[in-house]
Amino acid sequence: MEVVLNQTPNAAAPSGRRVVWRRPEFASGLFIGTLALLLALPVLVVLGSVLVPASEVWRHLASSVLPDYVANSLLLMLGVGLGTLFIGVGTAWLTTLCRFPGRRLFEWALLLPMAMPAYIIAYTYTGLLDYAGPVQTLLRDWTGWGYGDYWFPAIRSLPGAVLMLSLVLYPYVYLLARAAFLSQSVAVLEVGRTLGNGPWGAFRRVALPLARPAIVAGVTLALMETLADYGTVQYFGVATFTTGIFRVWLGQGEPAAAAQLAALLLVFVLTLILVERGSRRQARYHHTAQRHQPIRRYHLHGWGAFGALFVCLLPLLFGFLVPAGQLAVWSWTRAATGFDARFLSLTLNSLSLAGGAALLALIVALLLAYAQRLIPTSLVRSSVRLAGMGYAVPGAVIAIGVMLPFAWLDNALDAWMRATFGVSTGLLLSGTLFALLFAYLARFLSVSLQTVESGLTRIRPAMDEAARSLGLRPAQVLWRVHVPLLRGSLLTALLLVFVDVIKELPATLALRPFNFDTLAVRAYELASDERLADAGPAALTIVLAGLVPVVLLSRSIARSRHVQSP
Amino acid sequence: MSSRPESQQLVLRGVDVAYGEHLAARAIDFALTSGEIACLLGPSGCGKTTLLRAIAGFEPVAAGEIWLHGRRVSAPGETLAPERRRVGMLFQDFALFPHLSVAGNIGFGLRDGSNARKRARIAELLELIGLAGAGERYPHELSGGMQQRVALARALAPRPEALLLDEPFSSLDAERREQLAREIRDLLKREGVTAVLVTHDQHEAFAMADVIGVMSEGRIRQWGRAFDLYHEPADRFVADFIGQGARLRGTVLDGCRVDTELGELSCSHPHDLPSGVTVEVLVRPDDLVHDDASPIQAQILERAFRGADFLYRLRLPSGAEVLSLAPSHQEHAVGDRIGVSARTMRHLVLFR
Repeated sequence: MEVVLNQTPNAAAPSGRRVVWRRPEFASGLFIGTLALLLALPVLVVLGSVLVPASEVWRHLASSVLPDYVANSLLLMLGVGLGTLFIGVGTAWLTTLCRFPGRRLFEWALLLPMAMPAYIIAYTYTGLLDYAGPVQTLLRDWTGWGYGDYWFPAIRSLPGAVLMLSLVLYPYVYLLARAAFLSQSVAVLEVGRTLGNGPWGAFRRVALPLARPAIVAGVTLALMETLADYGTVQYFGVATFTTGIFRVWLGQGEPAAAAQLAALLLVFVLTLILVERGSRRQARYHHTAQRHQPIRRYHLHGWGAFGALFVCLLPLLFGFLVPAGQLAVWSWTRAATGFDARFLSLTLNSLSLAGGAALLALIVALLLAYAQRLIPTSLVRSSVRLAGMGYAVPGAVIAIGVMLPFAWLDNALDAWMRATFGVSTGLLLSGTLFALLFAYLARFLSVSLQTVESGLTRIRPAMDEAARSLGLRPAQVLWRVHVPLLRGSLLTALLLVFVDVIKELPATLALRPFNFDTLAVRAYELASDERLADAGPAALTIVLAGLVPVVLLSRSIARSRHVQSP
Repeated sequence: MSSRPESQQLVLRGVDVAYGEHLAARAIDFALTSGEIACLLGPSGCGKTTLLRAIAGFEPVAAGEIWLHGRRVSAPGETLAPERRRVGMLFQDFALFPHLSVAGNIGFGLRDGSNARKRARIAELLELIGLAGAGERYPHELSGGMQQRVALARALAPRPEALLLDEPFSSLDAERREQLAREIRDLLKREGVTAVLVTHDQHEAFAMADVIGVMSEGRIRQWGRAFDLYHEPADRFVADFIGQGARLRGTVLDGCRVDTELGELSCSHPHDLPSGVTVEVLVRPDDLVHDDASPIQAQILERAFRGADFLYRLRLPSGAEVLSLAPSHQEHAVGDRIGVSARTMRHLVLFR
């Protein structure tokens, strides 16, 4: 049977010129590896600083304030760990396994404190609870006491910082514990009941141990954020690693010693990462049940229902409603003056910086994730992991890790230019937007990378192969198949980085160009000058931006509400 | 097999495909003329899909050459990119693009030529697969069989040099597979498409292919028509894999007769083994007939009712087991003894 199938293009296909598709693995792998190394540079520089012989400054540090830093950081971690554990697990258990009025509202509203950066909640409570604040004023009005007649807890203290951080970080524990409770097989809980455990006993002896890996993972995430915090502890005068890094670096002008301090902080962070990885792996093994049966919730009545409502309301009230209300009041009092041209330019700075960083991170993440899909060699895979490790690294550490190599490069270039041409180039890179964007990229790339990667793995490889066999080159496949299919993931990645950058404080503070202010920096400066009410508009804007991903998250929770209420 | 690769549509010469250290396919040789439909048949893990992916250009070859329409597309160290091969592929799960309509999917590979010509080609293919008017619908709105036809039309739209089908029926209802296989065969024949199908299901292979290569452990054990594979299997693997049957020990009497427990087996086509040699004879279920007069009594170990007939598993007096197909108007219970005898076979399939 001889049928001529190809009257059309093949006759014209190149017969002399053979186009060969060489596997571009090596060159691409090298490129991806270099890119990853560049993105990991800040962390590597900080870790490498340990190799530099300890200076006099460092010895002085080690004997004087370092023990304080370590002690305060550990106390802070202990307090926030316990705080987020109790709030997060308690609310997660109530909203997933019990039935009480307002449960469905709390299910998503308990996430709202995530929108509140810790340093901003610290400002609002300082304003509320200070001597001149409304709470103490009211107290004095009621009791007729005067100054010094009574004791009032100082919010600007280590316990205060624990409270602030717990109030905004518990959603990490809540989210992961909630997911763990939801995925638990009802049968397992019911077996617990038939073996003679009451609802509380079943929770304590079955549900809680099963959810433990997820809870541990949630607490470690909250602790990573705690270690990364600069704004709160600085404002409350609690000496920790991050404040120490800034004091030594900018106050004493000793970046090398600051880097060594940062390296020590990284050891803490790495420990947490290992704990988190370990418990996530365990969490996977803990899911043994195949069939998913809807949860039957305990119906709470009377005092029980009231108690549950109260327990869920507290973190929402103090973690979001009260501080947001305070910010709104401040912004209202500054409505006439606060939203001026200055505020507009701050907002524009924040928006353009965040937009630029988000776009940059998206492009790099897409490049890395797609390279990993096309060339799944171990070199590329480990490069991508390397590039994505910045998120756990505190902003202060990234900042010093960016500043050191950029300053070195600037100085080297300047020296060379002066020696060769007699011209001084000054500082070309440090203190520019480029350095700042690079720091954001190093810190937040993993956010877009994870989002893009998880979207990409949902697209089966047969899709790529179908498109290739239909005549598309890999870049065309990305553009015509993956990008349209990934639209949702790409938008999410863009948005998450955008909001993270708007909220970011320490790296922005340290690396921004001279006279270049953002909303976060301005709120920080005004609060430091005790002009809390003036900080209202900027802080409120940051919180509003932070609400966007929280709303997205709560919408996805609402959509996945496959749990039926009996 | 043709000596000049230029004169054939698809030629594989001494092809090895490696997966890491392991050779997934080795020393593969075959050639297809234009419009011929071949099938690579074998159990999972035999290397058939790897070989198909090598033809498509997704895997490089470790040795040998692949020629497509007079062009060398694969050789060690040079692999023409899949997008430059003009090879259509039909995937196990169809891999339709969910963000594109049916027409968008079919037109995906049409990139040269005017829009009018593209539209005409899409309409022509929609007509061909019996989905005219469904061009604006989206893949998730279609049944599995319709999705498969759209995937087929998409692969055929750019008029490929060859169409590769990777287990194309495995995600469809078992009852409809053979019918769909015949439909697709008709369609490919009408279009004159050269095609290679990969499957583990011999019924699909029989329904669709002109020529079948039975593969095991990376090698093609036998290359031939379905009829020949069944009646003249080249080795024990092919004999066991294609159709059913059992092997009985026997002694060669002459070119047409072998002495076995079932008596003298004879055939119409002589074999060439010398007399006196001990061999194994392949006995198919339809080679045995139920014969109450026969001196050979076999015990029924198992039976499967198949409508028109029963398939019995029988134990012969020596303990050897054979299969027998008997009309179902006579029923015997498990444990009964029945008489069996062998009919004259076309070929005696003997293994030394």
